[in-house]
Amino acid sequence: MAVVRHETRAITSSDDVVAIRQLARDWAIELGFSLVDQTKLVTAASELARNVVTYAGAGQMRIESLNDGPKRGLRLVFEDQGPGIPDVEKALRDGYTTGGGLGLGLGGAKRLSNEFAIDTAAGRGTKVTITRWR
Amino acid sequence: MERIPILKMGDCLLVTIQVDMHDRLAMTLQEDLTEKIAHTRARGVLIDISALEMVDSFIGRMLSFIASMARVLDARTVVVGMRPAVAITLVELGLPLTGVHTALNVEKGMELIRADDQGAVNGRRQA
Repeated sequence: MAVVRHETRAITSSDDVVAIRQLARDWAIELGFSLVDQTKLVTAASELARNVVTYAGAGQMRIESLNDGPKRGLRLVFEDQGPGIPDVEKALRDGYTTGGGLGLGLGGAKRLSNEFAIDTAAGRGTKVTITRWR
Repeated sequence: MERIPILKMGDCLLVTIQVDMHDRLAMTLQEDLTEKIAHTRARGVLIDISALEMVDSFIGRMLSFIASMARVLDARTVVVGMRPAVAITLVELGLPLTGVHTALNVEKGMELIRADDQGAVNGRRQA
């Protein structure tokens, strides 16, 4: 698997959530994602970018365009130096929230992606990686 | 300051969301809408989201919040014009949209509010 192109963008406020959505949308269109796949990726990106703002205050997203043989895809990596998640299993459960939201962000983003990985621990920040193939 | 316009159509209020929602705009809309419902004694609120390319849990929460707020002020809320790709994504996201009615377009939404209102009036008569 090869990373064809990548770009990193800072997330510091809720305005950046809008910018992240636009960036994900542009790359998905460029790669020829269907409208439904675009919408799923953009929605997942929105949830994860908002999580960064809500829980860590700031962080970044790296977007990568992937080639895997004939497959084309997009990988989004959200990273922050926030408080981390002590209990990932609980955080992935629908309806569980500590941020006053609906508690759908993490689990929802996982369902909207083909691949999902999370690397976090209390006090160590959070890194969430999602991939969606065309 | 940026604001989402609220139009009065008979005894309904029509809100067309055309821009990418961010926090401040959502808060302003909630405040403007409550004031307008109370002021105009509207029976229904139609929220047209046909221009929205995605609905995430933040926007979903705003829609549910508006619906419960309107309910307390004796008005029904109908979300109209959701794009098919958005609907598919919402279901996968698992968004409940509590208390929010939906209709395919503004016209159907108006019918829903009128029918609901009529039902409530008849109900009161029978009681």
